[in-house]
Amino acid sequence: MTVFMVRRLMQSVVVLLLMSVIVFLGVFAIGNPVDILISPDADQIERERAIRALGLDRPIWEQYFVFLVNAARGDLGRSFVFNEPALRLIFERMPATLELAGTAVVISLVVGIPLGLYAGLKPQAATSKGIMAGSIVGFSLPTFWQGLMFIMVFAVMLGWLPSTGRGQVGTFLGLKSSLFTRDGLAHVILPAVNLALGNTALIIRLTRAGVRETLLQDYIKFARAKGLSNRRVVGVHVFRNILIPLVTVIGLEIGGLIAFAVVTESIFAWPGMGKLIIDSINQLDRPVIVAYLMMIVLLFIAINLIVDILYSVIDPRVRLQDVKG
Amino acid sequence: MSSGFAGPTLEVRGLRTHFFTRGGVVKAVDGVSFEIGKGRILGLVGESGSGKTITGFSILGLVDPPGRIVEGEIRFKGENLVGLPDDRLRAIRGDRIAMIFQDPMMTLNPVLRVDTQMIEAVRAHHPVSTKEARARARDALGRVGIPSPDERLGAYPHQFSGGMRQRVAIAIALLNNPELIIADEPTTALDVTIQGQILYEVQKLCREGGTSLIWITHDLSVVAGLADHVCVMYAGKIAESGSVDDVLDRPMHPYTKGLLGSVPSRNKRGSPLAQIPGMTPSLLNLPDGCPFAERCPRADGDCRAALPPMVEHLPGRAARCIHPHLEGRA
Repeated sequence: MTVFMVRRLMQSVVVLLLMSVIVFLGVFAIGNPVDILISPDADQIERERAIRALGLDRPIWEQYFVFLVNAARGDLGRSFVFNEPALRLIFERMPATLELAGTAVVISLVVGIPLGLYAGLKPQAATSKGIMAGSIVGFSLPTFWQGLMFIMVFAVMLGWLPSTGRGQVGTFLGLKSSLFTRDGLAHVILPAVNLALGNTALIIRLTRAGVRETLLQDYIKFARAKGLSNRRVVGVHVFRNILIPLVTVIGLEIGGLIAFAVVTESIFAWPGMGKLIIDSINQLDRPVIVAYLMMIVLLFIAINLIVDILYSVIDPRVRLQDVKG
Repeated sequence: MSSGFAGPTLEVRGLRTHFFTRGGVVKAVDGVSFEIGKGRILGLVGESGSGKTITGFSILGLVDPPGRIVEGEIRFKGENLVGLPDDRLRAIRGDRIAMIFQDPMMTLNPVLRVDTQMIEAVRAHHPVSTKEARARARDALGRVGIPSPDERLGAYPHQFSGGMRQRVAIAIALLNNPELIIADEPTTALDVTIQGQILYEVQKLCREGGTSLIWITHDLSVVAGLADHVCVMYAGKIAESGSVDDVLDRPMHPYTKGLLGSVPSRNKRGSPLAQIPGMTPSLLNLPDGCPFAERCPRADGDCRAALPPMVEHLPGRAARCIHPHLEGRA
């Protein structure tokens, strides 16, 4: 276990380093931030001064080296645009995104798993066929179109729910979140459902496939031969076995929801990290882009680690050690 | 345990279990009858696909769609199990009738500990505390010869060898002291030495506890050493039945004779192994006459015209054949 963790940490550092090189060079290749940041009427002296201030006059490898040294001290640079530490900008917007992604994950689990179980247990029923058809629609619809439709129907035509922004923020047990106020909840519903839809469809299909496969196993028949109730056979014997594929996918999906809620955040004007990254890319605000992507890499590394640990909890045959390949 | 019921523990009459598939009706079990008395051991012998396992599942009401029992009676201590509501069947399953499956690697749930899987089997039928159920589980493991059962209870199935897993499965079957155990080729996947041990233990447990046993197998040598009575199945029907000594020593049905002839033995060393020519017919579309006619050296036009009836040629010795081997018998 300890060996496993140490090795994992070392691998993570390598991944982070590689990622930073790719992002650094990538942003450099896209364009020169100076062209966007400095007003076109600025004279030559002003330009040079700005370039020097941002450290952009030095060769790329030197810029990267300075970045690395600072990063090792926890400083990922200052935003060119806001002239604030990039990390602070990201952390300011993180709660809103976590709130949105968390709500979306809860929705997709609470809706997806029961529907998937039902469709798996009664594959012939008309309801099951309806659920499966719905799930195909669910992940085929483009998120942006879906979001626009939600706004049109629920915000414009019916007027039930607000369509933009994050609601009032409440405090509960020292935590600040818009989920603690009525107004905040009303604001989060539409974007969260929009974000959750594709995942719900995926979870329905995964759960159903897992149930169908597990039901054919001898140990399920044996469990029934022991005279167990249907409830126990499905709730314990089947469910424990379908958790393994579910946990893998849910883990990666959570990462994806947090990192790439960009489209939903843009449509619903949700003040989260997704909007920040899009704006930063438009303005070639390199420190923010790099810091954001590094955070996302860390997030995925953490999620993968948690998933691996969960495996060993769910499936006793899994032992934490490094497996080649 | 039960009141003074004098009849056989289990009586199966005219059982038909068919599978309604897209390609047609598969008659997996097609008119099977047998009975088994208290504390007796019945060998149900046949090739793969002859309907042995489905017969076992039919008794427990565990036939999955598209299959179902279309006809027949399964009387367990006088009570017909066919058409019984599911919760009544569930109460009998695992309590009064238990089943052991063929592949020990597949019968235990890989993600649940052995104690979980045993305790739930007790508590599904008896309102006892977890502690009491655990004690019963430990005793059952001890009975089937698992060393240090207390520690092994906390283990997961993958920490046991195949033989040990089958013992666990047998211990689960024994947990509630059933009156009937259906064992579906439980030793096929095991080494010969382990097979011997398990056979010995099962036989002992039946004799001591008065439990009846249906031993489903394709291995005639196992039946020879274990069973009192034997039914040979072919294409969903019983071809021949009788006491184990009589059927194995003086088979009447050409199929049984062929089966016995196919067993390699030391006496026949050097000569090519005998085999039954041809293949088992498709259960989707069985011929009108005797299903074995195409492979039978004695078959003639009568055999192909209509299905031969099950005839009791001698007391307690029945065969479904118009030209049985009766040479040298009274």
